[in-house]
Amino acid sequence: MSPAFILIAIVTLFAAAAAMSLRNLVHCALSLVIALAGLAALYLNLGAQFVGFAQILVYVGAVAILIVFAVLLTRSDATPNQAILSPGWFTGIVVSAVVFATLGWAALNSPGLPKETPPAPVATVKNIGDLLMTRFVLPLEVIGLLLTAALIGAVIIAMKEESPNSSRSRGNEASLSGKSEPPHVGSYKAKEGGAP
Amino acid sequence: MTPLQGCLLVSALLFAIGLAGAVTRRNAILALVGIELMLNAANLNFIAFWRYGPNPEALSGMMVVIFSIAIAAAEAAVGLALIIAIYRHYRTVNLDEMRNLKG
Repeated sequence: MSPAFILIAIVTLFAAAAAMSLRNLVHCALSLVIALAGLAALYLNLGAQFVGFAQILVYVGAVAILIVFAVLLTRSDATPNQAILSPGWFTGIVVSAVVFATLGWAALNSPGLPKETPPAPVATVKNIGDLLMTRFVLPLEVIGLLLTAALIGAVIIAMKEESPNSSRSRGNEASLSGKSEPPHVGSYKAKEGGAP
Repeated sequence: MTPLQGCLLVSALLFAIGLAGAVTRRNAILALVGIELMLNAANLNFIAFWRYGPNPEALSGMMVVIFSIAIAAAEAAVGLALIIAIYRHYRTVNLDEMRNLKG
């Protein structure tokens, strides 16, 4: 193991632990960015250039921004006063420690793991593109469909739904003597209008 | 300890950290962040086995990681949209306070 690998691994693990344990959620999101960038550096260290840069583009670029926006939209950016851990936190820590012990024991004692380090394989973008267009073309199409459906679904879920009472009673509002509630287009519409 | 075992240990520790966060934190956003960390630990395993395992020129591990990153992006978008919708309904993102199934 090279010293660079150990250094990057330590930084990544500390950043991940900080992302899971800090009180302020904005600090958690920023630690998460460091952890994900460290993982990208680990991929680059292992010779997977394309995956490393895809990790930076997708995680550091998009997912981190999504998380920061979710933190701000749910107004949980202030440091909470009450406990940040749920009541059964001790059990959770014990379970994850057991999981780590099991995985670590398996990694250290498996007889089938290859012992010698092979020479670094070549993985050019041309090879990856060739494979994506020939052997993996069906998964690629499926992933494209899945991404489209998931993003449309996310927009529909997060959209402010019109309350069914107001939309249904709008047609016969006059016959109902105007008793129906006005459609609730308060703060969120104004806020969504400001976002690009 | 071979380099492959080092990678596997780092990935196991990252998975345990993500699991502990996803299980113990009360904030729904941080539970989602823990799930992302677990997905990334699995990706690191795939890359490590691609690098040190046999037959690396088939690029199978790398392909799995590329598809897994795409799926994780979709999962993050849908999960955060759900959290925002839940926040509109309950006015909280505290997982311990979301108890009733009937809306």
